[in-house]
This record gives sequence, structure tokens and C-alpha cells, in this order.
Amino acid sequence: MAVNPEVAGRSYPPSEPYVVSRAKIAEFAKAVGATDEAHFDPRIARSRGYADVIAPPTFAVMISQQGDAGVMKDPDAGIDYSRLVHGEQAFEHHRPLVAGDEVQATTTIEKVRQAGGHSMVTMATKLTTPDGEVVTEATSVVVIRGDDDA
Amino acid sequence: MNEQIAAGDVIPSRTIHVDRATLIRYAGASGDFNVIHWDEQTAKSVGLPDVIAHGMWTMGAAIQPVVDWLGDAGRVTSYSVRFSAPVPVPHDGGADIEVGATVKSVDGDTASIDITATSGGQKVLVRARATVRLQEQSA
Repeated sequence: MAVNPEVAGRSYPPSEPYVVSRAKIAEFAKAVGATDEAHFDPRIARSRGYADVIAPPTFAVMISQQGDAGVMKDPDAGIDYSRLVHGEQAFEHHRPLVAGDEVQATTTIEKVRQAGGHSMVTMATKLTTPDGEVVTEATSVVVIRGDDDA
Repeated sequence: MNEQIAAGDVIPSRTIHVDRATLIRYAGASGDFNVIHWDEQTAKSVGLPDVIAHGMWTMGAAIQPVVDWLGDAGRVTSYSVRFSAPVPVPHDGGADIEVGATVKSVDGDTASIDITATSGGQKVLVRARATVRLQEQSA
């Protein structure tokens, strides 16, 4: 089933607040082979002017996908999760996420298009602190494979 | 360091090895437990050649040569990729990803970097680009 193009422009409520921890940053950094000491040692991070250990550049995906979950669950969009493939991903960091940050992800469907029997959904997600500071903007394109493509 | 950096500069390339343990670790760290990333039978039943790496693992690993060259992960201000092919990770021997990066342009304190990632001769990321700040910002 194709994704309903009429959901383009729709925004979803913010995800539950996510608190970035030193432990999660260290765990994630190790998992992607990130060795910058500023992921692990707060003193080194602070010596570079950061408030605490900094998250690797793709850490934000864990939080942005919490915002995107609203899209996945929207019955009007009609997304078949079992046919979903991650097509593109982009991050714009206004500053790095640091341990202690609390952010919520708010997702808007930017675009829905059909091509070759597949649906492509572009989602724009902002990670915002309680003070309203946008730390990271993430854009994801997911491809929902058509029925004939098993 | 930015005075020496110019368009065309090549960032040292790297071969990154990935095996099943890498994927299990990424699944745990990221919370992405999609079965196609750890169970061969399931992966093959949906038409994949084998267990495949998480695209987000590949994206996360492929920026590391740039981070090491830069000396500070916090100065990667944007990073985008398109996932062009899956990375099959066989039980025996795993897989290798060849990552390269080149400075595309420099504008004051900002550089644009083009990144390439191939596995088994196939491009696994395309339109992979990062923007970095070349100098430390005064705190």
C-alpha cells in the first residue's frame, strides 16, 4: 500500500524528553568506533569549551527516531514498517549534544512521493531543549517498498 | 591548522572491519534490534543475501576518519548520506568497508568534505558529505 501523500506537512507532538547521559555517549561511541576522547572524558571535553562529554555526530538518530515514531504509528499515513528501508539521513548540529542535555524530538513530514512503485517519505525532526534551543535538526528519508517487490 | 587546508586535500583513508559482534554491539547501543541485522535466517527470508549492517552503523563509522583528521568530533556541524547498497556481513570473516574522504571546498573556517564508502567493490554510501569547523571556538 502506498503511503498517503496527504499527510505531507503534518507535524507530530514532541517525543518524551530524552536525557543524554555520559554512559550512553560512551557506549554509542564505542559501537561506531569513535575514539575522540571528548566522548569519554569530561575534562577533555571541557578543555575544548563543551559543557560535558560530547555525542558522536550520528548519536542524535536515537532521539530523532523517537519523533519519527509518531509518523510510523499514524494510521492516516499507512506506513508498513515491515517494508521500510532507510534511504537517506542528514544531521545539522548547531552544537554537539552533550551529557546532561534534555531534548525532545518534534517531527514534521516534509514530503511524500511515489516512484517506481515505492513511497518515499521525508521527515524533518528538530531536537529542542526545554529552553527552546534547537540543538540538532535531523532529516530522514525512508523508502516503503511497494507490494510487488517482495 | 586551517591555513594549510585546501580543496583537494585527501584525508587518510581507512579500512573498517565489521563482523557480527560489531552489529550486536551497535544494536545494543542504539536500540535498533531489527532482526535482519543479527539473524541470518530472517535476513535471507526477506530476500537479503545475508545479515546486513545497520545503515546507521555504517554512517557512524564512516565519519571517524574525518573526526580523527579534525581532532574534535564536536566540530562536525553537518553530515548527510544516502544509503545506496546494504553491507552483507557473513558469519565467517565479516566484511570490510573502505572509507575515503576529500576536502571539497574551504570557506573561511568551514570546510566541506566528500566521503566515500565501499564494501566488496560496491558503493554503500553515496552523496556522503560533512561540513566541519576547522578551528576551535573560544569558549
